[in-house]
Amino acid sequence: MNDFWSMGGYGGYVWSAYGLAVLVIGWNVVAAHRYWRRGEELARRRPAAGREMRP
Amino acid sequence: MRRTGATHAALLVLGRDLRLGMRRLSQIGQPIVFFAMVLTLFPLALSPEPALLRSIAPGVLWVAALLASLLALEFLFRSDLEDGTLEQLLLCGQPLALLLTAKVLAHWMLSGLPLVVVSPLLGMMLGMPVESLGTLMVSLVLGTLILSLLGAVGAALTVGARRGSVLMSLLLLPLAMPVLIFGARATDLAMQGESAEGGLWLLAALLILAVTLAPLAIAAAVRISLE
Amino acid sequence: MARFTWFHKLASPPHCYAIAGRCLPWLAWPALVLIVIGMYGGLLRAPADYQQGEAFRIIYIHAPSAWLSLLGYTTMAVAAAVGLIWRMKLAHALAAATAPVGASFALLCLITGSLWGRPMWGAYWAWDARLTTELILLFLYLGYMALRASFDDVGRADRASAVLALVGVINIPIIHFSVYWWNSLHQGSTVLRAGGPAMPASMLWPLLVSFAGFTCLFATIVAIRLRGEILMRERQASWWSSMDSRGAMADE
Repeated sequence: MNDFWSMGGYGGYVWSAYGLAVLVIGWNVVAAHRYWRRGEELARRRPAAGREMRP
Repeated sequence: MRRTGATHAALLVLGRDLRLGMRRLSQIGQPIVFFAMVLTLFPLALSPEPALLRSIAPGVLWVAALLASLLALEFLFRSDLEDGTLEQLLLCGQPLALLLTAKVLAHWMLSGLPLVVVSPLLGMMLGMPVESLGTLMVSLVLGTLILSLLGAVGAALTVGARRGSVLMSLLLLPLAMPVLIFGARATDLAMQGESAEGGLWLLAALLILAVTLAPLAIAAAVRISLE
Repeated sequence: MARFTWFHKLASPPHCYAIAGRCLPWLAWPALVLIVIGMYGGLLRAPADYQQGEAFRIIYIHAPSAWLSLLGYTTMAVAAAVGLIWRMKLAHALAAATAPVGASFALLCLITGSLWGRPMWGAYWAWDARLTTELILLFLYLGYMALRASFDDVGRADRASAVLALVGVINIPIIHFSVYWWNSLHQGSTVLRAGGPAMPASMLWPLLVSFAGFTCLFATIVAIRLRGEILMRERQASWWSSMDSRGAMADE
């Protein structure tokens, strides 16, 4: 098991790479989702404002 | 009614400029990317051979930082001139030199400081040994501060002019040459394992000179430009 | 032409929004499953490389991210072309949605390449053809995103950045060729070879699975971002309010 984590001595490099991948993938998903949420928020407010002005 | 102290006014200007700068993050990123791209040009133009790159690294890093600083100086006064803030600073009754120094400091934190932060990474890409990166960063901190102060003089003089950016570069580059010499040489010495203290102290002395004299010149230049 | 109504439907924001939403689970779950299987295969099942030892396992991150960065730019360029030629706003929205994703994977590719380079060549960075091309690709992405950000008007931002993307995509083969030529002139640098001249099957299948998984992941992220882009651009339109299933507006 220890062999797995140390990766034949290259553990630092390998796990940094995989960890960074997790970070980048995570950021992408989270940022995309937040972007969509912001779009929802903005879209929700605008039509209501438009409706109020129309009789 | 309490009169605003000069220091307080300067801090207000600093805070305002920082906040405005943080809103346009891409403007902060542009000098950094320019810095990186100029550096990339050298291995492409010369050769990727590590020994060659290491020997030219200090000089190339410094020239690229100088050019990136020049690029960033365009943003120093332009938007404030356009919306009239510069005039307000002139008329508000606070010492103009102090307010403008605050502006220059804010501008350095948004343009020069990011260059310093990125420089070790780029230095490593050019094969610089890790021990010399500290000297590189210190020399760049001192150097970019001096360049911001000197550059602000040039920027203030050319702020309203057409083709102002080219003109500003022509004005600034001769003034920047001593800074370049001391900074690049100090880093080079550190890379070869010798002490770079002499060069760094000279840079510090230049910085003190710039801090004491440049604000007066910047204020005078702004007054001239706003006539 | 009744056959092409699906294309025209796709061009309309509400349909595109709905279709992207329906496709999401079909992209996200396969992405997750395929990536997990690929990582399992890459980390546990594939044998260690003869020359590089365990360090070669970084390839299961490095190669798919390189692929995604190229896929991203190509998608961006094709979408830009469609947007310019057929004036489809949605195509521009797709290009805008793809850019940050492709750029982040280009960055991941560079950093993992650097982490792989350290055990392989002894240096964190080498100016070898593939890494240099990838670096230039990252610069192209950053330029595209910076240009977009510099416009206040979305329409002008779309068109200007579309032109830039097309000029860039024509340049990518030129850049790759010229950098490869420059690199082969200099005997000193080694050329990165993906895990050796020929990969045994046990090393190859996790790589293929990872490629598939990352591609699905890319589609998922872009779909989410595209939905966001559509909302940001179309928020004045009435179709959104009638589609909003969350019920009455909070301020009504």
